[in-house]
Amino acid sequence: MTVTFRALLGASVAFTLTGAALAETTITVATVNNGDMIRMQGLMDDFYAKHPDIKVEWVTLEENVLRQNVTTDIATGGGQYDVLTIGTYEVPIWGKQGWLARLNDLPADYDVDDLLPAIRGGLTVDGTLYASPFYGESSMVMYRTDLMQAAGMEMPEAPTWADIETAAAAMHNPDAGVYGVCLRGKAGWGENTAFITAMSNSFGARWFDENWVPQFDQPEWKATLDFYLNLMNSYGPPGASNNGFNENLTLFNQGKCGMWIDATVAASFVTGKDSTVADSVGFALAPDNGLGKRGNWLWAWSLAIPASSQKQDAAKAFINWATNKDYLALVAEKEGWANVPPGTRTSLYANEDYAKVPFAKMTIDSINTADPNNPSVKPVPYVGVQFVAIPEFQGMGTTVGEIFSAALAGQKTADQALAEAQAAVTEEMKASGYIE
Amino acid sequence: MARAASPRRKLITTLTAWTVALIIFFPVLWMILTSFKTEASAVAMPPQFLSADWTLENYVEVWGRSAYPRFFWNSVVIAVGSTLLGLVIAIPAAWAMAFVPGKRTKDLLMWMLSTKMMPAVAVMIPIYLLFLRFGLLDTRIGLVLVLMLMNLPIIIWMLYTYFKEIPAEILEAARMDGASLWNEIVYVLTPMAVPGIASTMLLNIILAWNEAFWTITLTTTRAAPLSAFIASFSAPQGLFYAKLSAASAMAILPILILGWFSQKQLVRGLTFGAVK
Amino acid sequence: MSTQSTRMAARFMVAPSVLVLLVWMIVPLAMTAYFSFRLYRLLSPDRTGWVGFNNYIWFFNSPDFWLALTNTLMLVGGVLVITVVLGILIALLLDQPVKGQGLLRILVIAPFFVMPPVAASIWENLFMHPQNGLFAALARGFGAQPILFLESYPMPSVIGIVAWEWLPFATLIFVTALQSLSSEQLEAAEMDGASAFNRFRYIILPHLTRAITVVILIQTIFLLGIFGEIFTTTQGGPGSASTTLPYMIFKQAIAAKDIGRAAAGGIIAVILANIVAYFLMRGLGRHLDA
Repeated sequence: MTVTFRALLGASVAFTLTGAALAETTITVATVNNGDMIRMQGLMDDFYAKHPDIKVEWVTLEENVLRQNVTTDIATGGGQYDVLTIGTYEVPIWGKQGWLARLNDLPADYDVDDLLPAIRGGLTVDGTLYASPFYGESSMVMYRTDLMQAAGMEMPEAPTWADIETAAAAMHNPDAGVYGVCLRGKAGWGENTAFITAMSNSFGARWFDENWVPQFDQPEWKATLDFYLNLMNSYGPPGASNNGFNENLTLFNQGKCGMWIDATVAASFVTGKDSTVADSVGFALAPDNGLGKRGNWLWAWSLAIPASSQKQDAAKAFINWATNKDYLALVAEKEGWANVPPGTRTSLYANEDYAKVPFAKMTIDSINTADPNNPSVKPVPYVGVQFVAIPEFQGMGTTVGEIFSAALAGQKTADQALAEAQAAVTEEMKASGYIE
Repeated sequence: MARAASPRRKLITTLTAWTVALIIFFPVLWMILTSFKTEASAVAMPPQFLSADWTLENYVEVWGRSAYPRFFWNSVVIAVGSTLLGLVIAIPAAWAMAFVPGKRTKDLLMWMLSTKMMPAVAVMIPIYLLFLRFGLLDTRIGLVLVLMLMNLPIIIWMLYTYFKEIPAEILEAARMDGASLWNEIVYVLTPMAVPGIASTMLLNIILAWNEAFWTITLTTTRAAPLSAFIASFSAPQGLFYAKLSAASAMAILPILILGWFSQKQLVRGLTFGAVK
Repeated sequence: MSTQSTRMAARFMVAPSVLVLLVWMIVPLAMTAYFSFRLYRLLSPDRTGWVGFNNYIWFFNSPDFWLALTNTLMLVGGVLVITVVLGILIALLLDQPVKGQGLLRILVIAPFFVMPPVAASIWENLFMHPQNGLFAALARGFGAQPILFLESYPMPSVIGIVAWEWLPFATLIFVTALQSLSSEQLEAAEMDGASAFNRFRYIILPHLTRAITVVILIQTIFLLGIFGEIFTTTQGGPGSASTTLPYMIFKQAIAAKDIGRAAAGGIIAVILANIVAYFLMRGLGRHLDA
């Protein structure tokens, strides 16, 4: 008994000593479950080596659930998170509300000027940076080089929508299970609405004019929706109104799509190990109509700190580690250049090793042509390329997405869909006090 | 229910029963099979069966990526805790309503069920605010309370139903013999009610285990159960069907085992012939 | 034969449940009612105030509202019919002396163990998907065009998925109820020459009435609040074809983050559920005592 007692005493003394020496801070990080974030969780040893006094607890959730939980928390002052993963939609809104901590005082090695201007612009409000981009994306055309060759055609680097239609017609072969083009049709403000809104910019359309009056009754929107529906009905897969990013990715990987216009990040998937057509993929800029804006979008998942967090120093240390150049180099060293989180820093794209990645150039070119502060040909009162950075957009975008999806499913004509969208959005804008 | 049946009849019945059971079980089976395929093989068309690439990589990655044991333990505590707490409150209530019914008993029962009529989404923010106020966010005890409250009407109803099956004469006979209320409950009622209680317990543990709304909304790290674990594998950028299947299989397995053992309880069942 | 003391004891035994549920019901209900009359949007906290019945009026004016109500009732009705009918049949089947009864029961109950979002995902992607699904593969095997389940038949598809999830619940209750049915009665009837159908109609079915009532009542309450499966598969679409009242509330609470409207929707849902329950009790209430 005495032996055990002494042993216990000794152990508890030792424990107290070590415990006191560490003085750990634990931060809770909320994140999306995409590949890059998962990869980061696997590289935490590096962070712990540099910051032994900070412990990280992860909350990994699917995008919609994450957004819901994080928004509820920050809007009610729940204080459960120290680092949030949010997007270029939330940052302007929450930054203006004062819900996010300012990130102007990150250490010099963070090198804020290295951030891509378009992305940095999307995360800055009134000159203050409110979030650090973890990964950035735009959208582009991914096409099957073998099918184009078989059709005797060549895809220009900067195609027009007319080029896309011709290519789709040429590659469309439903009997062989190949569809000319796969596009998003699933209802959702971040699914089909995002895609069609980005597309509409290249047709000269916009959500609102300078006085916040909805513009769905204008000829530009009619042109956009008519073209989209016609393209999908003629050359798209059946049941497209249920196809979102995931479904189209599967279809493309199985060789069923001649083209797919979607996020630049998809490039690493369609050329990766799960793809049956990995060696026959080519890339081109998102199409335009010669009006000066292309149909590509801009999005960045970024790390931000709630203003109410008690552990801002530790949080900032984490954010710095996760988004600076050293992290990119770390991923390159451990997992290869193709797996480095794309679209955040100029230095990455100046790096000659990274330039060898097949879709690197197209990604950076796409990102650089997107300007969230001037998304459309005509002037707009809002920020955002494939969304409108106002709080009401998520609800309106969902409604409009459902209407467009129904049109794709053949339940409404384009004119009916546009009329409904116009009515719904106008009513909401009136109820929210933007217009009389 | 042993009826002398002809061997032929027994064969037909057996075949039919097994066919129906397999049809119902098939989606679960497919999911389990998918969990052992590579991602590409999982969504290959036509669906691959024998020609698929079989692998254990999904399980390895799912296990390695998240702290499965912690999620598992949280699920156990929350599901079992809320059910046991509910049973403690519900058994006396159900007994009383079944054997000492009043004029308002049915209304009372209906009212209890009506507390479940509010869709959880509508009351999400009020409950969140309440939990925030009382420091119950991300705590197991908070979830135990919520799930107990959500399932209490179900527990009472099911117990009430099973208790009603017990012939009142038996309890009266015990009473005539001078048994006190307490003895009545413990020595006469409980043994006869065990299969009903077991069945109620199993069902409610499952309901609590699968609850995927409050368990995700009200937790972050410490108290998050398996529903949050699965939510971290679903519908992300890039398909994870095989991994989602693996994660789901890992979440279902404990419950399946529990169900298997409880089945023996149910099979022993009430045999009132023997009681008489 | 309940004495005064027994009745007192009975009240004490019921009291904790009543108390607990009363608090659980009143507090959120009161808060929800409060929010339903206010302007409260999570992302615009500076815009606030009383708006009277505006939130309610928004629901009634919404073009989807009446369709959503219809869909809600269809969902409940459809799932009830499928689960009760099939549940009884399968319970009868499982009650027979068959080999491997224990394992059979587990197989039949297994769908209930799968989390609803996962179940919906399995059905949507592994079975109903027009390109990758099993049904599509079967259709093509027979030379037919794959059916676009979720696009052309969204409500029936959702009903099918939910029915699959809830079938085990009904089956389990019926199986347990059948166990208390004395076999002597059935054997006597069989000796008397009653046909299988008549045995079912006059002996088995009456015995099951209480169980059926309980299944209907409990499932109705659950089904009136379902939205997870719809969110995973059809997002209430195409358009609003598969939108139900809970899904509308879900959109207001989660997408639009309009808590006031979501609260009003919740109150409407409670009223609807009470109406449904009233009629159910009127019709089935007596079977609870039988």
